[in-house]
Amino acid sequence: MELQLEYFLLLGAALFCIGIYGLVTSRNAVRVLMSVELLLNAVNLNLMGFSNFLDPVEIKGQVFTVFVITVAAAEAAVGLAIILAIYRNRDTIDMEQFNLLKW
Amino acid sequence: MNLAEGVQIVSFGILAVMMLGAALGVVLLNQIVYSAFLLGGVFMSISGLYILLNADFVAAAQILIYVGAVNVLILFAIMLVNKKEEFKPVRNRWIRQGATALVCVGLLALLSTMVLATPWAVDTTTVNASSTIIQIGKHFFSDFLLPFELASVLLLMAMVGAIILARRDFIPERKATTTEVETALTLPERPRELSGS
Repeated sequence: MELQLEYFLLLGAALFCIGIYGLVTSRNAVRVLMSVELLLNAVNLNLMGFSNFLDPVEIKGQVFTVFVITVAAAEAAVGLAIILAIYRNRDTIDMEQFNLLKW
Repeated sequence: MNLAEGVQIVSFGILAVMMLGAALGVVLLNQIVYSAFLLGGVFMSISGLYILLNADFVAAAQILIYVGAVNVLILFAIMLVNKKEEFKPVRNRWIRQGATALVCVGLLALLSTMVLATPWAVDTTTVNASSTIIQIGKHFFSDFLLPFELASVLLLMAMVGAIILARRDFIPERKATTTEVETALTLPERPRELSGS
């Protein structure tokens, strides 16, 4: 019995579902960003699993993971700047009150 | 990876339990600071899983970038918007949460059956695991050269955009002078004048 590809894929799927749940239900805007990071990490875990088990010679999945990490870092910086700007304007970080464009 | 198989299985189990528990804590805990620190735990567990997957360079990059940069950035944001606010209760919130939980569990079941039912074409060739960084470098500078350079441009744009979005400028109220009338169509937020002019 050794490590299988399915273990990592199942783990990635579970992490993705937890991230989706947090993304939809959390009301703190910073927690929404954390959920997005969880989603990206689940995707990274899938890529790394495929890279190790299906393509161990040309590890292109690891290259993709490095790109996803780069984009995630940029996304975190811009997202937190947006949250700061919105906090200065609305004086709250409650997602339920960010409804300027709703209806 | 030249660990024994039992060691690999046991460490995978420990890392998986740590990661799932910390992720649930990130989503479910009330204190946002605890969530941020648990997010660091998630990132470090995932880095351990990468080491189990023979990817030493990406594991190091995960620790450096996620724990060292993204998590610290999130903590900074929490400290900057440090406001105790009681969220106003929303009617029928439990319906939303229940529906979301149902959808997520359904998605997990769907993905699990898909993962378990698909015959994966696992490649069983053994390669020496010490050369991942050489492979990644070769990819970066041959067939992934254009995305690699575009990533640097993306990081630069994100940096400039974050600075512009988060900057706080107070424009003082003044009477319009002739120079201001001339420059009325320019942006009100502009970088400070050079000291010589």
